[in-house]
Amino acid sequence: MSSIARKLAGPSSSRGTRILGALALVSTVLLLLLGLIWSPREVDQADAVRLMYVHVPSAVVGLYFAFGVTLVGSIVYLRKQSDFWDLMAHAGAEIGVLFCAFVLVTGALWGRPTWGVYWEWDPRITSTTVTLVLYLGYLAVRRMDLDPVVRSRRAAILGIISFANLLIVKQSVEWWRGLHQGSTVGIDTQMDGLMFFTLAWGVLTFTLIFAWLLMHRFRLAWYEHQAAAVSLDDAIAARRGEHRSSLAGEAI
Amino acid sequence: MFELLRDARMVLGKDLLIERSSRVVTAQVVPFAVMILILFGFGISPDLRILDSTATVAPSVLSRVTPGLLFLAVLFASLLAIGRSFGVEANDGTLDGLRMAGLDPAGIFLGKAGAVVVQLLGVSAVVTSGAFLFFSVRIEWSVARAVLGVTTAGAAITAIAAAGTLYSALAAGQRERESLVPLLVIPVLAPVLLGASQATEAALFGAVADGWPWVAALAAFAALYVGAGILSFETLLEDM
Amino acid sequence: MHWQYVIPGYVIVFAGLGVYTASLMSRLRSAARKIPEEKRAFLE
Repeated sequence: MSSIARKLAGPSSSRGTRILGALALVSTVLLLLLGLIWSPREVDQADAVRLMYVHVPSAVVGLYFAFGVTLVGSIVYLRKQSDFWDLMAHAGAEIGVLFCAFVLVTGALWGRPTWGVYWEWDPRITSTTVTLVLYLGYLAVRRMDLDPVVRSRRAAILGIISFANLLIVKQSVEWWRGLHQGSTVGIDTQMDGLMFFTLAWGVLTFTLIFAWLLMHRFRLAWYEHQAAAVSLDDAIAARRGEHRSSLAGEAI
Repeated sequence: MFELLRDARMVLGKDLLIERSSRVVTAQVVPFAVMILILFGFGISPDLRILDSTATVAPSVLSRVTPGLLFLAVLFASLLAIGRSFGVEANDGTLDGLRMAGLDPAGIFLGKAGAVVVQLLGVSAVVTSGAFLFFSVRIEWSVARAVLGVTTAGAAITAIAAAGTLYSALAAGQRERESLVPLLVIPVLAPVLLGASQATEAALFGAVADGWPWVAALAAFAALYVGAGILSFETLLEDM
Repeated sequence: MHWQYVIPGYVIVFAGLGVYTASLMSRLRSAARKIPEEKRAFLE
């Protein structure tokens, strides 16, 4: 592997992630071509419909895959105390927050030409905003200055409740907007075959990107976990060394 | 089960006793909540009127948005009450004392949340009277409306207290707790505010029947959080 | 039509992904330096 490739792949690259990364890149290029050039305009929304191919995949992958990983990681961690799942839960939440932000930005940009305003009280956009803050809270708990095991355990409890909250927020906002003839970003008319394919391709691409990011974010968490253990070992060793030399001093 | 309730009652009694001697909620939180109502009047001008109304006297916007403002005031006040609930324990490590005394962690949770419920019911009674007074709310009184309104407040406050107590415990032992708890609790309570406003809207101005589904949703939310607190408090207290 | 909304949307999403990836890589590199070589390898 050339040094540039090594640098791009990072210090933790493995054959598996390199292949995954390459697939994600190729898939992204195809998505850009499909989304921006090859797929047709929509009758009512014209080119604004192209935002769907990044908006919907961000929502599917961010809200369900990423926060789903946090949910599963939290449950398994509480049952088995496995560090792997604890770090996975953390990694999932961080990437989920990123994708949530994409959902909001593309949703607002899509809203301007379709509704005439950047922010319509659309149920999905509204609940995504609340969900974003919910998981920012989860990440804040993960930064708490506490004993790592205590922090992980609290974060795991929070990771489970937060997913339940995600569903509650979504449902309650839908009921609420349902009373006021809610409108949702989307296409009411029959979707063209190529448009549907592009959307599916978008979901696939974002899933690949998510998987690649998740593995690397997990490795970062793993390194930090190891580094904490290493620095603890070093501190103990240094303390032992001091102790020994002071004993030696007394002996003389 | 019996012991759980006994422990809960003991903790609840203890917290209310502390409140009786310190008067933090009565003398600080209640005036704070009333002041929020006054500020709503400053923010939303009381002279703004709804013109397309069929009523002979056009109601003010302020009076029409009372349901939401009412629960916003209660929500903000609840943050103080919840902070206080754990503040009294944090200073002297008394939670350890409670656990050493052999109290059931689930009982501690129920007791602390219960004490917050009692205090918030008091706050909301004052805030509701205040809103009727300051915002000149005019409604057609009926027993059905009153029952819906009171049940809504009870369910919403139980939900707020249970979620608040749980999240306070999650953030315990942190210096930045004052800002962390609101960050965690506000998005969680967003659906409660939504449901409580809708139900109160029905109780004050709409058809009473429209309010009950929201009360059911609030009750389900409250039950969920009481359950989550009972299940997780043992783990959370262990770590404090 | 409406390209003025589409292009910023795509730019924000893909630039955002790029910036996040770059910062992830730099965080990974600095974290890797803090631990000895033999503890780095896994998932290979």
